[in-house]
Amino acid sequence: MSARRIPGWQDRTGRVDRPLWITVDGERVEGIAGQSLAGVLLAAGRSSWRRTESGAPRGVFCGIGACFDCLITVDGERDVRACRRPAFDGAVVHTQERG
Amino acid sequence: MPFGLSNDRGPVGRTRVIVIGAGIVGAACARELADAGCAVTVLDRNRPAGATSAHGEGNVLVSDKGPGPELDLALWSTRLWPHVLADIAERTPVDVTRVEWEPKGGIVVATTIAGADALRAFATAQCAAGVRFAELDRAALADAEPHLTDEVALAFHYPQDAQVQPAAAATALLAASGAEVIVNCEVLGGDARELRTSTGVLSAELVVNAAGPWAGEVARRLGAPIAVLPRRGEILVTTPQPPTVFHKVYDADYVGAVGSDSAAVQTSAVVESTKAGTILLGSSRSQVGFDDRLRPDVLAAIARKALRLFPCLADVAVMRTYGGFRPYVPDHLPVIGADPRAPWLWHATGHEGAGIGLSVGTARLLRQLVVGEPSELDATPFRVDRAAVIGQ
Repeated sequence: MSARRIPGWQDRTGRVDRPLWITVDGERVEGIAGQSLAGVLLAAGRSSWRRTESGAPRGVFCGIGACFDCLITVDGERDVRACRRPAFDGAVVHTQERG
Repeated sequence: MPFGLSNDRGPVGRTRVIVIGAGIVGAACARELADAGCAVTVLDRNRPAGATSAHGEGNVLVSDKGPGPELDLALWSTRLWPHVLADIAERTPVDVTRVEWEPKGGIVVATTIAGADALRAFATAQCAAGVRFAELDRAALADAEPHLTDEVALAFHYPQDAQVQPAAAATALLAASGAEVIVNCEVLGGDARELRTSTGVLSAELVVNAAGPWAGEVARRLGAPIAVLPRRGEILVTTPQPPTVFHKVYDADYVGAVGSDSAAVQTSAVVESTKAGTILLGSSRSQVGFDDRLRPDVLAAIARKALRLFPCLADVAVMRTYGGFRPYVPDHLPVIGADPRAPWLWHATGHEGAGIGLSVGTARLLRQLVVGEPSELDATPFRVDRAAVIGQ
């Protein structure tokens, strides 16, 4: 369990987690239903997944769909904002260069 | 006789100059005048490069201008740009790589036979004025812009066209000037000796009005109104893409829109990528005063026309749009020179959508006029006392 994710049993809302998994560049990553793809990535300990032309790392910046920094490719669709796309079982995520 | 730096006693050192407007034109003027020995203060109602200079594409174009004084100024500016940047790099600690100067060249395409005839006639006339261009056959065009539509009747490559990151260019010019900069300072009225502003009274020998689309209002407050009006333009920004667009590519009907006087909304396709990978889709022109409300219909029209040139962009996400006001003068010529009604007042404005590119030539010309140096360029067409600017 990642330090970034509050386990269901500690969550005062009485949350019951339904696990899911996605692949990120071919690697299987566990998540829970209700997370955004960015949430899954962050909870898996990944804080950046692309680089600007100058080499600076980029991941979640605003988290609300405005900055377009967290772009990823989902099932072949480029430029998806990871913070806005709910995670779903079997999602094939690829990190992308120049985008 | 305008109040210049020269008089019978020879050049006067440290003339105090207030430049109103810290956009790219004000910044370029500040740099030239400081270089000429003036003590320059630049005021801005908000902050440097915060309005018009930050809301365009960074065009440094000759291809969209027909023969005439504006083209002459554009050709001169295009020649000056690399020298100005080299000079800044050599003499100041300012990092000019941030300006993103890209002499990438422009490609102008006509998609109809009528458009092709008009483009050929236009380019032929430009050629006589010093613009270089080359016709691209189908293979050469596919090589230069592999993602461009096949439905092109005629394409010309203009190697002199370039691009800068306009806000970075403005701030680099301003930093290089070494001028004192006062932000959040709005001009209220008065004259050079007693210039009333929202942050206090300032004093100088000369005032340069470089307030872009607000230059008309600034001039009115200073008692010498000029006819500079806002004309709005909008741009869409895609997510960063793999290399897709390699030049500034635009539809030949852009030239018609630039020269138009119509108050109605006009759109024409202008497509180019930035160093960050985003693709800028333009362009629109409308006269709506300073109304900055988003117009989805205008944005949709821009996108539609861009897709006609680059069908491959159909599924690409637009992550931002922005719009800005361009300083529009009814006769489509910049206003550069001394005000005949107020000997302390000079103007450098009215560049409409071309101010980024024209800034360095404008500033050099203004300096030469102020100092009384001979110029390579005839300043007469840009003079303030012409009918379109101050009436009969």
